[in-house]
Amino acid sequence: MSDHTYTPSSKFGKWFNDRLPLLSLSAHFREYPTPKNLNYWWTFGAILTFCLVAQIATGIVLAMHYVAHADLAFDSIEHIMRDVNYGWLLRYLHSNGSSMFFLAVYVHIFRSLFYGSHKSPREIIWILGVLIYILMMATAFMGYVLPWGQMSFWAATVITNLFTAIPLIGESITTWFWGGYAVDNPTLNRFYSLHYLVPFLILGLVILHIWALHVPGNNNPTGIEIKQPSKGTIPFHPHITIKDLFALLVFLIIFLGFVFFSPDVLGHPDNYIPANPMVTPYHIVPEWYLLPFYAILRSVPDKLGGVVLLFASLLILLALPWLDRSKVRSAVFRPIYKQFFWLFVIDILVLGYMGAMPAEGTYLLIARIGTAYYFLHFLIILPFVSLVEKTDPLPASISEPVLTEKDKSDVSE
Amino acid sequence: MFQNKFLYFKANLAFSLFFLFIISSTNLFADTELLKVNWKFQGITGKFDRSSLQRGYQVYNEVCSSCHSMRLLSYRNLGEKGGPEFSADQVKAIAATFEVTDGPDNQGEMFTRPGKPSDKFVLPYPNVQASTAANGGAYPPDMSVLVKARKGGANYIYSVLMGYDEPPQDFKLEEGVYYNKYMDGNKIKMSKPLLDGSVDYVDGTNATEDQMAKDVTVFLTWAADPHLEARHKTGVKVLIFLIILTGLVYLSMKRLWSRIDPEV
Ligand code: HEC
Ligand code: HEM
Repeated sequence: MSDHTYTPSSKFGKWFNDRLPLLSLSAHFREYPTPKNLNYWWTFGAILTFCLVAQIATGIVLAMHYVAHADLAFDSIEHIMRDVNYGWLLRYLHSNGSSMFFLAVYVHIFRSLFYGSHKSPREIIWILGVLIYILMMATAFMGYVLPWGQMSFWAATVITNLFTAIPLIGESITTWFWGGYAVDNPTLNRFYSLHYLVPFLILGLVILHIWALHVPGNNNPTGIEIKQPSKGTIPFHPHITIKDLFALLVFLIIFLGFVFFSPDVLGHPDNYIPANPMVTPYHIVPEWYLLPFYAILRSVPDKLGGVVLLFASLLILLALPWLDRSKVRSAVFRPIYKQFFWLFVIDILVLGYMGAMPAEGTYLLIARIGTAYYFLHFLIILPFVSLVEKTDPLPASISEPVLTEKDKSDVSE
Repeated sequence: MFQNKFLYFKANLAFSLFFLFIISSTNLFADTELLKVNWKFQGITGKFDRSSLQRGYQVYNEVCSSCHSMRLLSYRNLGEKGGPEFSADQVKAIAATFEVTDGPDNQGEMFTRPGKPSDKFVLPYPNVQASTAANGGAYPPDMSVLVKARKGGANYIYSVLMGYDEPPQDFKLEEGVYYNKYMDGNKIKMSKPLLDGSVDYVDGTNATEDQMAKDVTVFLTWAADPHLEARHKTGVKVLIFLIILTGLVYLSMKRLWSRIDPEV
């Protein structure tokens, strides 16, 4: 991939490219050999790139009007919504944008899980992805605190209180974190500073993520390795660019549908009440995209236990390429894994639902079973299935149909 | 191809479930069925009823404003596009009916003067504590974003206003607490604010309880979301543009890809 054979045609181009090979880089992106058979689940990488850029762009303009002070933050958001030209649009793009960003990242992650994109030689791409995901959650959480409404304040209180569970130093760490003895103005200020910083760290990781991707090239729905370039590949531009653009536009229609016609459904009404440390909301819930992990956190009666499980549930993702040992990547050819994949999807949805429910009675019981299953999936099912599973025969090339229609019905019986 | 239909079906199903989940997870705690009104501002082309907004302001001003503040609004907002759209002279006249504390002047003294359109709505009480104390220990919430701050939005506000009723036989109510079907625990510390004829509508509309409740709810909805009309109007244009663009991009994509032989 790194052999730059490209020579600019103009003299200046050549002079410049010899010193800073930007033109070679752009040529690389145009020619980058991409499997022909990628389906629409592969367009979410481009969609995510768009989301990140859009969040940074809208965020920077919002920052020009936002005031990070406990007494002024809520009103400054309302000032943006009411008096800044198109401020309502900016703010709704940014707040709904984060939901859409997570929607896209979940699709992207489950795409990897289904087609085995996390397996050798793409482990580093996957690990960078998991780090991006963790930083995205941190960013979104801190962003949610900035309007300083009731949910902002209480979500910050609940989550930062988790650190008090750390043995011995928990209390002092939390005080240091808060900049005081409770969530207050200093906490808001540091959250703002970090909320501005972390997206740029994410941007850096995304660059590495794509760099790492361009070493082996894309996986594809068959999961078989293809030569780059070969008959099975096409140049990225214009074929993939236009397909990504089409998918992005469809995504934008849904996104802007929310922004213009239902901008507040994804948020919580309580966040339109200014923060009040004296009044605890009836129900403290995080944004929908954090709910599965919130359920895991609350499934243990012990605070420290909950925190440990929460971190474990994220860190276990890093080990995934070594837990799932099957040489076959794509679930299309893995009849048993395929079933467990869908069970896992259902498990996450169930956990998400339980995260939104009060942690008591049957809800809590189901959340516990869901949590247990989450770890069971990674620690027992994946290693075991990859040992015993008899996979379907792989095609010799991405375009060769392995099974005739008749064989297919035989297999599924 | 190897991709069987069933797989696609499952993938699509999961995707739709996921989407439903997102939307429903925000609406999980719906309790009592609220009264539903067919508001004119609903829907993708929804707009406010201008005369209803003007009447709603009258109700707010003559009834609610003695207890509830609207600290984020200014009198000038009443004349802005997409709102009640009072004329510039009307706005000036409305503002001038209020006495605003200003200062300090050259002598360092605070003084009062008639309100100007640029002034914020005058507060009924100097602070939350004062208003809580004056209302029997219950704070009458600020109404600037109240509609957005309650589940059910406009329908909820309307329901609370129409929800006063005789309490059931053995329902215990303390002094200064009233029975309301739509409040949490069916108790509210606000006496029924609207009775037939509470206001004398300038435009001659019959001021029934229901009419006033609707008008003031429309007004509060606008106050919480003053750019609703601009948002809907821009939204329709943007989406039409996007859908056409998407169609064109789809067609060019099909053409481009038709030159690629999938079987090689
Ligand atoms: C006499 C003072 C007073 C007047 C006048 C008044 N309210 Fe209230 N209102 C209150 C108080 C006090 C509360 C808090 C009640 C509670 O917390 O139980 C309240 C609460 C409310 C609530 C909130 C319910 C909730 O979910 O918290 C709404 C809606 C409301 N008022 C609407 C109105 C409207 C509309 C008017 C004018 C038509 C009005 N009020 C006039 C005192 C008043
Ligand atoms: C800011 C967030 C992210 C951006 C902008 C991003 C961007 C991209 C892009 C552009 C691609 C290539 C196109 C594609 O295959 O879809 C890609 C591939 C990939 N991403 Fe991400 N990504 C992000 C987050 C993640 C996360 C959170 C994970 C996993 C936890 C992940 C795992 C992967 C993997 C394994 C691939 C290789 C896919 C393949 O070729 O099959 N990514 N990413």
